[in-house]
Amino acid sequence: MSLSLDDVKRAASLARLEIGDAESQRILDQLSGVFELIAKMESVDTDGIEPMAHAQDMMARLRQDVVTESDKHELFQSIAPAVDADLYLVPKVIE
Amino acid sequence: MIESSLKELSRNLAEKEISSVELTRAYLDRIASRIATVNALITVDPDTSLAQAQAADERIARGEAQPLTGIPIAHKDLWCAKGWRTTCGSRMLENFVSPYDAHVIERFNNEGAVILGKTNMDEFAMGSSNENSYFGCARNPWNTDRVTGGSSGGSAAAVAAALAPAATGTDTGGSIRQPAALCGVSGLKPTYGRVSRYGMIAFASSLDQGGPMARNAEDLALLLDVMVGFDARDSTSLERPAEAFTRLLDEPLSGLRIGLPKEYFGEGMSTEVRSTVEAGLAEYRKLGATTVDIELPASDLSIAAYYVIAPAEASSNLSRYDGVRYGFRAEEYDDLLDMYCKTRSQGFGTEVKRRILIGTYVLSHGYYDAYYLKAQRIRRLIAQDFTKAFEHCDMIMSPTSPTTAFEIGAKTADPAQMYLSDIYTIAANLAGLPGMSIPCGFDAAGLPVGLQIIGNYFCEAKMLNVAHRYQQHTDWHLKRSPVASS
Repeated sequence: MSLSLDDVKRAASLARLEIGDAESQRILDQLSGVFELIAKMESVDTDGIEPMAHAQDMMARLRQDVVTESDKHELFQSIAPAVDADLYLVPKVIE
Repeated sequence: MIESSLKELSRNLAEKEISSVELTRAYLDRIASRIATVNALITVDPDTSLAQAQAADERIARGEAQPLTGIPIAHKDLWCAKGWRTTCGSRMLENFVSPYDAHVIERFNNEGAVILGKTNMDEFAMGSSNENSYFGCARNPWNTDRVTGGSSGGSAAAVAAALAPAATGTDTGGSIRQPAALCGVSGLKPTYGRVSRYGMIAFASSLDQGGPMARNAEDLALLLDVMVGFDARDSTSLERPAEAFTRLLDEPLSGLRIGLPKEYFGEGMSTEVRSTVEAGLAEYRKLGATTVDIELPASDLSIAAYYVIAPAEASSNLSRYDGVRYGFRAEEYDDLLDMYCKTRSQGFGTEVKRRILIGTYVLSHGYYDAYYLKAQRIRRLIAQDFTKAFEHCDMIMSPTSPTTAFEIGAKTADPAQMYLSDIYTIAANLAGLPGMSIPCGFDAAGLPVGLQIIGNYFCEAKMLNVAHRYQQHTDWHLKRSPVASS
């Protein structure tokens, strides 16, 4: 499977990255080399092999559904780019 | 005292031959006068460090010292430390001051250790040369025209330049071991799940693991004693009985079976790296170990699987940087979507964007099975190879990296070429196994060569023994770089 310029642009759009036409072409060239490395995966038959999602085959640990954290919104919002009245500010979404 | 090991410094502090304030100030002075040469640290905060040192001295005076109380330690700049700027080597977090401590930082603080500063790194830990740092690359103390390796390049350079007696790093595909090798220091990546990832800025969560970097294996053991421990806030933290990682250090190595994977001694390795590693193996035979040839047949697929899995997880993890809750926000934008796009495009560097794009692509509709699931199946084959290999040997040894430190700029044009720098280290991350690198000699240009030791799950104490005994009989780890000697 070889990568196309449209693939790069589509991935950029999904990833919320702004990439110009010239940069897209350069990225395509570099990623094509990376996907040549990745293509090596096709050389091996993996039918019947269980995917390994995690280094230790363990179940995710569960905890009691109780409050463990105290309210720290002032601390956390003190490092936010824009806050007003305890709310994070973003550009207007609904007119 | 700049030459001293952690064990010696700990004794000096306990016997009040030096104070933590004196020790910390000595290292801060060295950093101030040499930072421009190696660019190993992104942030220092002498007032905060010296206040911690003062508190440590008071604790020592009260007779409440732990082994690392009063010892200054540099931390890779992806461990969140309350009140410290924590950049992850990125413009995105250039002005991010962490509101909380990582579990590892908490443990060092509880021990009474001193935070000496935050070390340089490839942006979001993505890189093998430290050249992807927004703050300029760290430089190798053995030759400042050469790379340090990465991503924990600043930590490796700080130890190699004697700007810190020890440092922390993290390793997702070799990011502790490869810079340790290229800078001539010792470094260990524990079994996945040993060290809590809480407060460690995420790259690829199923592979990321923190670990120590220092001058010798004994120091690594002392650091590991502090870093390892269960933490409920990391869902993959392992609950294991407590153990002292120093407990096996002096055991003899007679009867140790060392497995040599034929795939790790093939093409692509420099002849000097090969001969230096072989000389290291000969030393192990003198110490009573035997070597056996083993096979890791799926290992040539490890780079391919890694460059699907790691970018996939990274693209998901890095979606949190949206300019809303913390970190960088672009100054000018039209609407919400434009704010996201401009913030991320201006805040992330080239390599990070490249990996986000790879990850987004392999996870996108129609490609998930062909790439992501396929890579996870290969990951299991790689892990099974190791399980079989450990039926025939106790430790696996190989070069850490196929070459010594390369020139700054030599591989930046071709990412695929750069990725091959981690060809021997990545498989241990995919399998979740512990791995380490120790210095085993130099090439003709005077650049250090690293010997990689991969152990079975939870065998860190034995690995440290294997490394320590070697360091009792050799002096490669005692060699000082030109910057350290200056």
